[in-house]
Parts: sequence; C-alpha cells; structure tokens
Amino acid sequence: MNAHAGTVRGKERYRSGVMEYKRMGYWEPDYTPKDTDVIALFRVTPQEGVDPIEASAAVAGESSTATWTVVWTDRLTAAEKYRAKCYRVDPVPGSHGSYFAYIAYDLDLFEPGSIANLSASIIGNVFGFKPLKALRLEDMRFPVAYVKTFQGPATGIVVERERLDKFGRPLLGATVKPKLGLSGRNYGRVVYEALKGGLDFTKDDENINSQPFMHWRDRFLYCMEAVNRAQAASGEVKGTYLNITAGTMEDMYERAEFAKELGSCIVMIDLVIGYTAIQSMAKWARRNDMILHLHRAGHSTYTRQKSHGVSFRVIAKWMRLAGVDHIHAGTVVGKLEGDPNTTRGYYDVCREDFNPTKLEHGLFFDQFWASLNKVMPVASGGIHAGQMHQLLDLLGEDVVLQFGGGTIGHPMGIAAGAIANRVALEAMILARNEGRDYIHEGPEILARAAETCTPLKAALEVWKDVTFNYQSTDTPDFVPTALETV
Amino acid sequence: MKLTQGCFSFLPDLTDDQITKQVQYCLTKGWAVNIEFTDDPHPRNTYWEMWGLPMFDLQDAAGVMMELAECRRVYGDRYIRISGFDSSHGWESVRISFLVNRPPKEAEFELVRQEVGGRAIRYTTMRKPAPHAAQ
Repeated sequence: MNAHAGTVRGKERYRSGVMEYKRMGYWEPDYTPKDTDVIALFRVTPQEGVDPIEASAAVAGESSTATWTVVWTDRLTAAEKYRAKCYRVDPVPGSHGSYFAYIAYDLDLFEPGSIANLSASIIGNVFGFKPLKALRLEDMRFPVAYVKTFQGPATGIVVERERLDKFGRPLLGATVKPKLGLSGRNYGRVVYEALKGGLDFTKDDENINSQPFMHWRDRFLYCMEAVNRAQAASGEVKGTYLNITAGTMEDMYERAEFAKELGSCIVMIDLVIGYTAIQSMAKWARRNDMILHLHRAGHSTYTRQKSHGVSFRVIAKWMRLAGVDHIHAGTVVGKLEGDPNTTRGYYDVCREDFNPTKLEHGLFFDQFWASLNKVMPVASGGIHAGQMHQLLDLLGEDVVLQFGGGTIGHPMGIAAGAIANRVALEAMILARNEGRDYIHEGPEILARAAETCTPLKAALEVWKDVTFNYQSTDTPDFVPTALETV
Repeated sequence: MKLTQGCFSFLPDLTDDQITKQVQYCLTKGWAVNIEFTDDPHPRNTYWEMWGLPMFDLQDAAGVMMELAECRRVYGDRYIRISGFDSSHGWESVRISFLVNRPPKEAEFELVRQEVGGRAIRYTTMRKPAPHAAQ
C-alpha cells in the first residue's frame, strides 16, 4: 500500500487537465518528514470505491497547494516544497474502511504565531471534500521552530501556583449553580459561601455573560466583594473566574479591564469566541498578570465522534500554543465523555514538556514543547468528594477539581459542601504522601476523615451511589505492537 | 480564625509523626526542605523568614525534625511552615507547603473598603490588631 509513488514529473506534470492527486506529488511514500515539518494525522474514510491512497493524497493536496485541476502557475513557485506530502497510509485497526493518513507540511506554509492560519490551512477546506465519507484530524506534531513562534500560556502552572501560594494538591473549584437566573447579589452569595468554606476558586458557567437577570458589571462587583471577604476570613488567596466572553472584542477588553481594576486574579473565556480572540486575550492576560481560564464550550460538536471532526487532543495542543492557562480536559469518572486513556493523553499534552509517542493514549507523535508554559487542566462535571482517590489517581495533583453540584448541592449548605471537598482532598494527599495504597484504601481514608468532619460524612452519604458508567465514544484505535503497513 | 494556608490546614494539626512522613516524602522526591516562620501571615506575604538555608542533600527526615524543634523553641509563638523545593527544569519552585506551627492566638484579618468611582471598591486585607494592643 505504501510502496508505490507514481508522481509524474517534468513537462507531463503540468499538461492542462485533471490528474490524480497521488500522481501530482501529494503521495510520496519515500519522503522522510523533516524535523521542521508540521505533521498531521488524519483518519480518512473514503467513499465506496475510492482508493484510500488517492483519498489521502487529496487531503494533502486540498490542505496545501492543490485545486481540482492542474494549473500552470505552479511553475512560478517552488511547488514541490509547498506541496503537503502524504507519506504513509495505514488501515485503522478494527475499523474497516478507515485509514490513518500521515501528512507532512513544510514550515513555510504557516504564518508564525497564528492558530487561525494553522487551522485554516489544515482543516479549512478538506472536511467537505466529496470523495470522502468522513474525515477526522486525529493528532498533530509541531516542530520546535514553530512552537517557539507562540507566546504559550500567559501564566502557566508554576507561576499560577506561586501567585496563589498553593502547592502540592489539586486546586478546588465550583461552578455557580443554577447557571442561569441568579441576580448579581444572590450569585455573589454562592461565591462567598463556597470560597469561605474552603474552595480556591469559583467559576462562571459558559453561558453566563450579561443577561437581563444579571448584567456583567453587577456580577463582577458582587463576586469581588465575595472573593475579598473570603480571603480576609481565611487568610488564603481566593479567586473567581469572571467570564468576559462577549459579542465583540471591544466588549471583552472592557470586561477584562474592569475585572483587573477590581483586583481579580483570573478571567475566563469560552472556546466559541474563536482562535484569534483567544490569542488576543492570552496576550492581554500576559500583559496584565492575569490567569486565563478557557471553558471548552462547543467542542463536543466536533471532537466526540471518532469518524469525523477534530480530536480534542489537537484542540488542546492548539490552546497550549494559543496561550490559555486553564482548559477543561475531562474527569473520566464524571458525567461527560472521557475514556481514561484518551483523557490521559490530553492531560499529558497540557502538562508535560515532552510527549513521547503513546498510541494507547492517542498520541501519535513525539512532541517537544520547548519550555512553553504548562496548562492547568480542569476536571469539571458530575464529580463529588467520594471519588477523591480515583480523581487523584487518574488526574494527578496539577489539576483544578471542580465540584459544582458537589458543593452547592450539599445538604448542609454551600460552605459545608466546600469543607467536605477540601477535607477529602487534604486527607487523600496526606495518605498518598505517607505511601499508603490510597487507590484501594480510598473509601476507608475518606470514612476516617469524615469521623471528625460532619460535612464530609453527609457528602459521602448523599452521593455514595452516584457514578456515570457509560461507554466512551472517543477511544484510541491501536494495536499494542507497531502498526503494520499494508 | 483558623488560617487555612498550606496543604493540610483543613485537617487536625499534624502530629510530629505525620510531619516526619511528609518530610520523608519530600526527600524521596529529591526536594530541598525549607523551614520558614513569620508573624505576618498575610495571604500576599510571600517571603517568610528562613530558618537557615533550605536543606539540600538530606537523606533522613530526622534532621529536619531536629531543626523544626529548634525553630519551635525560638519562634513557637509564630506561624512555621515546611516546604519542599524542586529544582528540576520546568518547576524550579515549591512543590508542597504546609503549616507545622500556629501561634496560641491566630491572626485575624479584616477587609478595608475604599469606595471609588461608580460602585467599585478597592479592597485591602488588613491584619486586625491584637486585643491587648488596642489598649
């Protein structure tokens, strides 16, 4: 399958008319990607009867220089350099009719420091291509030379922890609920109770912007009263992610400036504002000593199904380059999609300086991050104190654990819910550091801690049977040994 | 008020046995252990006073515990914290920090509000004066 290059060269190559993509130089199985190439891995599902090599070459062509017919103006350029080269096609293990296509792009095809340009190139044109039934961008490898053109996370895990003066344990957060309808005054009450109780952060939800029941300035003012009161009551640094998402960049900057004026340490944006807006806010955050939280609103529309779309691991890589400090990356045990191995891959993308190839985690390439700051992953959605040992085991300690319902829904009140989570967390960290087998002894460790903490006792009782065991849709497709080329 | 800075402030104060285990955890990780003390635990006070240099190259937690006992003897009326410092690339920062001593009477903070333009408020977290100082 990977043996034959049929590239036509010289005068024949530029004869007017239509020529197969694989003969135009977009299929080069002998090509060895350069260290400076951007590499993309696509899952290609051709229409019935379409040659998978031709389909993959078409993806390479349409995401770089090609159009549907031969054009003589190619000859005014160093065309061979600019052509993306599909250099390997493998059948997807266990998925008949789909193929992994590896495509290399020369670095000169991309504007430095622009996710908009990168994404327009790689996913701009090919996803609606008729000869394909479906197409998914599975993974990407970025050369160090390209990584270095990006600012990266405005703050990063290390400096975020230093600013907050919180080390050695996951941070704790909660999204204010109900997510819609609270007035500013009532909203601030929830923030105050949760932070005073023991959380580090509270959070606006993705769709809390500026609505008739609560305009943004009101929310910011009441929230900052709550943050500062909780800080004085505990002697600890506290924060609340003020969502500055708005209809225009001008509005977003205005909200960001007001958050800064009020002394907030963190602001929040939604993924739906777009890549350019995200990069603008990352630069603003770097200039203004602000932590930048990204809520991945909308991503499941294109990340969840294996056959078509863009994998979240690619989005996570783009967002680390774009410069956010926090990104929602899954809980595994909570209410939202999250296969353990796939999720582990996302967390590694966020937090490591080097990601080795790890097919079982969905990582197809070695990726060097060249000391770009680390992104703090956020685990949010349907998690509670009774899962603390599992969360620590699966997600590690550099993560924000967000217990929204698990704080606010506590039978003894919001502050009690916060206490329960914090006590459960600290007890688990203490046990882990002491060398105990906390994964297996977790329930026992929690029960023991609950003996001196009534709120934890109540939390364990209320949510003891809550689990979300459903089949994951987005799981890695791999065979444990090296993929065999057909 | 119970000051809740550090990794374990929501648990009952750690016993020396528990502290020893946490210190041993740091040493196993190859972190330098540091003892610091202060009478100003303001949440933004980064630089507590150092009880000597960070203890690099230590094998046994007992060494730290002896220093802690000595620090407590001199500054037992203040906050004392132990931290583990990781010098490896990409961190070069504190990896754990927890309180190991509290003063008999804990610090209290109050919020000073300065009303500025619009409805905005400038907040200052101030240490409340101790009751005896008020006289």
